[in-house]
Amino acid sequence: MMDMDAVQEEINRDRRAFISKVFQGTIAGSLLLVIPAGAMDLAGIPEQIPGMRAETGPFITRRKFAFVVDITRCIGCGSCCVADRNEYQVPEGNYRTWVERYIIDDHDNVYVDSPDGGLDGYQEPRTDIPYPVRDTFFVPKLCNMCEKPSCVQVCPVGATFQTEDGFVLIDQKRCVACGYCVQACPYSVRFINPVTRTADKCTWCYHRVRKGLLPACVNVCPVQARKFGDLNDRESEVYKILHLPHVVSVLKPGMGNKPSLHYVGLRREVV
Amino acid sequence: MSPEHGATVAEALTRYIFPNDLHVHWSLMIVLYPYITGIVAGAFIVSSLYHVFHIRALKPISRYSLIFALAFLACATLPLLNHLGHPERALNMMLTPSPTSAMAGFGYIYSAYGIVLSLEILFIYRPTLVALKKEATDVMSAVYTVLTIGSDNLSPRALALDRKVIAFLAGIGIPMACTLHGYVGFIFGGVKANPLWATPLMPVIFLLSACVSGIAGIILSYVLIKKFAGESVDMECIRTCIKFLWGFFILDFVFEMLELFSHAYMATHHWHTLRELLWGPLFGSYWIAQVGIFSVIPFFMLGWLSLFRLSDATVRIWGAVASFMILVQVLLMRWNVVIGGQLMSKSERGVTYYHPGWFEKEGILPSIIIMLLPLVILYVLSRIFPLWQTEDTAAGEESAG
Repeated sequence: MMDMDAVQEEINRDRRAFISKVFQGTIAGSLLLVIPAGAMDLAGIPEQIPGMRAETGPFITRRKFAFVVDITRCIGCGSCCVADRNEYQVPEGNYRTWVERYIIDDHDNVYVDSPDGGLDGYQEPRTDIPYPVRDTFFVPKLCNMCEKPSCVQVCPVGATFQTEDGFVLIDQKRCVACGYCVQACPYSVRFINPVTRTADKCTWCYHRVRKGLLPACVNVCPVQARKFGDLNDRESEVYKILHLPHVVSVLKPGMGNKPSLHYVGLRREVV
Repeated sequence: MSPEHGATVAEALTRYIFPNDLHVHWSLMIVLYPYITGIVAGAFIVSSLYHVFHIRALKPISRYSLIFALAFLACATLPLLNHLGHPERALNMMLTPSPTSAMAGFGYIYSAYGIVLSLEILFIYRPTLVALKKEATDVMSAVYTVLTIGSDNLSPRALALDRKVIAFLAGIGIPMACTLHGYVGFIFGGVKANPLWATPLMPVIFLLSACVSGIAGIILSYVLIKKFAGESVDMECIRTCIKFLWGFFILDFVFEMLELFSHAYMATHHWHTLRELLWGPLFGSYWIAQVGIFSVIPFFMLGWLSLFRLSDATVRIWGAVASFMILVQVLLMRWNVVIGGQLMSKSERGVTYYHPGWFEKEGILPSIIIMLLPLVILYVLSRIFPLWQTEDTAAGEESAG
């Protein structure tokens, strides 16, 4: 009889080979957009998430990833949305990530807009505000990667699932596109992709993370308003932000979904 | 600019819906789905009133209501299949279900209920089918042989056993019919992200409206079929049905209003969004149509028909009209819940609009076809299962239960 460890090793080797093939395909495509031509070899790209390239096995259990958006930094340039559109073929009218503009006038009226998801940046001020503006800020939105995700709970076929390192992902080969997850998500980050006819959403660039790279939107943000890292790594910026005195909150905490997406300087006007 | 005018301008400017909320994902198909399952559950209740609770006045329609339920049950999954992005994977819901999903149980509940309903029909009709088999020619004879599972035994002992089986099936059929539709309500009621849906009352309201739509469907179709067949309507049966319809509708309508009143009274931050919805895009279909015209008017009509001594023709005609209005009321209720719930953006700052097209995949024409199909199936079934009891079949029924 074959030793159980040997069998497990065999399975792991097959998985590794398979996953590595998958990643080589998708990563090669996405890197072209970020890295100058000629730099196709991953070995030449510095690791952005310490220790990720040393991870073996299909499942990562020692890490707990978190995303932090710093509202006090975001300038509404829309670079993150552009990077996202480049990374994924997101059909028109659907949004994996978007940036909202909040304007509050001196009568405490709140004006929110997000034309085309903020893809073109906010280059012109709004001219339709009847009173003097007292405050304005931008709020980037993306998947909240909840610890208790409603979408995973309601998916009837288990196509939406949660990984141990904190990702909520969709198996496009299982999804029946019933749309229940779209209804259940309190943050409206999901949509039915009209091309694949399956549910779709932001993945925090899982394919990049597995190669030790930061999500595309984090990579391009010129003001470091988007931060990503491992909460089990005490040296990571996200760990420091969440464990040192900061004004940090999550969206709709009353929903009980426990998002892993945190906001620095979140304002009460933001829903 | 006056302050009032400024406030109005500001109100108009504050509308914002999340970019992914522009599109309404659950279309007309998902309006029809609870509508059809509700009619199934309601029609079964009518049959059970006779078979289990021995309301003898309902005997003339006790068989018809079962066949009626089966015809609609056969079409209950059609809107779902038409809606799925990948209908070829639909069976995965039963093969690899996710136990935490409120939706994953539907396949099992629906199938189990389908089996119980079919078995009950076969046992109740067995004496009739055996008699028909003897008169039938080639093809129909084969059909009846299959439906009687080859058993021609009509001995008192066999019929006594049938009676026990029927009592058992009808008995478990009631909680199953209630589960079927209460569960459909739970599919919506369990969505915490949607303030219109997320209420523990949702299964109750869905179940009561199901009973109402089933009874109304039976009354209307019974009167119409008899009218076109030139046969007489059993007036005691119709009057009893109308009383039950009124009773269930009182509960249904009162619960619907209480649910809304509770929301308004508690006035959590969700009420702000709900109010904008109900007095915004839903004003016409909810307040004017569902509540104003198709609830209040049939409510009083049914009371009038139930409480006053009226001529047979009056009861027959106005009973049918009230039933039709109730059927519209329930369809509007499904629309207002399913579509209305999706019109509110989860941004809590605005609403979107939905106008189904006539010819789109999940549009109005496919909806009409899906709603007509049960009637076609009902016609086909009526060729096999006599809908009404003649004296001959009644004799078998009498001894079989």
